[in-house]
Amino acid sequence: MLSSAGARLMQGNEACAEGAIAAGLRFFAGYPITPSTEIAEELALLLPKVGGKFIQMEDEIASISAIIGASLAGAKSMTATSGPGFSLKQEGIGFASYTEVPCVIVNVQRVGPSTGVPTAPAQGDVMQARWGTHGDHPIVVLCPSSVAETFSLIIEAFNISERWRIPVVFLMDEVIAHMREKVVVPEASAIRIVERPRPQVAPDEYLPYAAGEDLVPAIADFGSGYRYHVTGLTHDETGFPTTKASEVDALARRLDAKMRRAAPHVTFVDEFLVNDAEVAVFAYGVTARAAAKAVRDARAQGLKAGLVKARTLWPFPEEHVRKVAERVRAIVVPEMNMGQLVLEVERSSAGRAEVVGLSRVDAEPITPDEILAKLREV
Amino acid sequence: MATPVTHYLRTSKMPHIWCPGCGHGIVLGAVLRAIDSNGLDKDKVCVVSGIGCASRAPGYLDFNTLHTTHGRAIAFATGIKMAKPELKVIVLTGDGDAAAIGGNHLIHAARRNIGITTVCFNNSIYGMTSGQYSPMTPTGSLASTAPYGNIEEPFDLCDLVYAAGASYVARGTAYHALLLSKLIARAIATEGFSFVEAITQCPTYYGRRNKLRSAVDMLKWQKEHAVSVAAASKMSAEELAGKFRIGELGVRTRQEYCRRYAGLMETAQKEEAERDA
Ligand SMILES: Cc1ncc(C[n+]2csc(CCOP(=O)(O)OP(=O)(O)O)c2C)c(N)n1
Ligand code: SF4
Repeated sequence: MLSSAGARLMQGNEACAEGAIAAGLRFFAGYPITPSTEIAEELALLLPKVGGKFIQMEDEIASISAIIGASLAGAKSMTATSGPGFSLKQEGIGFASYTEVPCVIVNVQRVGPSTGVPTAPAQGDVMQARWGTHGDHPIVVLCPSSVAETFSLIIEAFNISERWRIPVVFLMDEVIAHMREKVVVPEASAIRIVERPRPQVAPDEYLPYAAGEDLVPAIADFGSGYRYHVTGLTHDETGFPTTKASEVDALARRLDAKMRRAAPHVTFVDEFLVNDAEVAVFAYGVTARAAAKAVRDARAQGLKAGLVKARTLWPFPEEHVRKVAERVRAIVVPEMNMGQLVLEVERSSAGRAEVVGLSRVDAEPITPDEILAKLREV
Repeated sequence: MATPVTHYLRTSKMPHIWCPGCGHGIVLGAVLRAIDSNGLDKDKVCVVSGIGCASRAPGYLDFNTLHTTHGRAIAFATGIKMAKPELKVIVLTGDGDAAAIGGNHLIHAARRNIGITTVCFNNSIYGMTSGQYSPMTPTGSLASTAPYGNIEEPFDLCDLVYAAGASYVARGTAYHALLLSKLIARAIATEGFSFVEAITQCPTYYGRRNKLRSAVDMLKWQKEHAVSVAAASKMSAEELAGKFRIGELGVRTRQEYCRRYAGLMETAQKEEAERDA
């Protein structure tokens, strides 16, 4: 059977597909695009074996729409794409965000804008992942830096999306997507799986957008006896449209507050050798691997360096960065873009440490030596 | 005896947003009578729409209802149907919603023959955005974005959808409301993709600009220009010019998509079981 427990050699995209199934994925809709294609191919093969559904839609907009529909019918749902397709999905992501429909959107980044270099790595969609759709909207963005982490983090992506009713963007990069590494697949019983909050009240008492203390309303599956209305129009607790200023305001503020409430539970950051560090690197995705090597090399040369590796990009782990900034002289932020997350590091550091960006945008990954040179410079 | 349509309405959500004389209410009434004549359980019906005046209909209906983004209703509906094939999934859409921005989803749903019923409220205009021309606006008609008369030619949506592979295709009008209801009922009873074009009137933005002053003028226009399929079969091309056919325009039997997928799942699971054995 698929995902049998034990050590396996897996490709990043394969780990994404298998981890998703382990998390309970039962509906996938997608449109092929490099470098995400293997995720769809893998799921076309595996989903029917576990009673799940796979469909190749006519485009990316159809794909995001279909996964929202399937999620409302109760299925854990996902789509996967890359930059140009991710742009097409933005209206749908806004819909899922506003109607609080759990779903996972994988974006295996490639060089952009436009068709860019389809087969080469980049980290240029960090801001699109956060701000791509219109309006203020809650969103969680996760970013793995190894194949094993892809397997475990995609499970978290589903758990977060279901628990908080927030769409989760899973931001990979081409290197992680296509590299092969060892993954230790845990026994199914050892995997923590979270289900969405379903209504505990009778259908005639159900208010689909009335939130409890945790600010997350319960969601009923279509067809389960709870007849209710879902609309992308601004809605009140009953789910029906409203234009009343107080209710329009209340929805925006609840969604924002919900995101803040969720933040500590969805922010994953790993620290290496930061305690006594004088300089630090803040990195994510494949770049964090080069950074880890750079930090070890720096230590070997007597330079006290440390690494802050973010698995959650949004909500931005500002507390972590602030604490590190209090201790170190400077933070280096290597990114395969012109500087998208460095601005957030700068904001969170608020002048406590010098923040230096390191950009590489030639369709090649950043090397440990480049990071090391920067660490020695600051 | 038929159940009154109010049984299927969220009357507390009334009054509705439609203009006096708008044909959308008549088409919606036909949809509800069709659902009733099929004896469907409210909990097992899911009504999905896009954006536009027509697409506001689900808000008034006591089913599982989903008001989505412009043009995408059929794509959302595809996800629902695949996740829960036991649900009756009905898409209510406008001509702009279905034929312009959503045209691609429409033909692909027909090609897949997924078991969704789509009712297109064709008022030949974009109502909600106040009167721009749509892919269904007749050549020569005036619209706010066709101030010199529309130079484009409209689709024959029924021909398009049937050619794409739908199991059932029909056309009715708000004037022929009883026939329309019967056609929608048969569409809903069809297992594969079914499509009903409902010609309806928008006196506010189409009528006024095109010398059809009132809703009554527009309904009369529908009466005078509609030709039954049977009558049309005896008419020459010249006699049919400027007219449109109503009734069942295409019926065929093809395996429904979710059923095919169920077969695929069975094969995949059997293979897996054999490998494990
Ligand atoms: C992506 C997007 N583009 C444009 C619009 C604006 N818009 C709203 S309704 C509509 C047309 C509706 O026309 P139709 O589908 O014919 O329905 P009617 O209002 O005539 O019933 C348009 C263009 C939108 N809401 N979303
Ligand atoms: S604008 Fe036209 S389509 Fe919209 S409600 Fe008014 S009459 Fe009906």
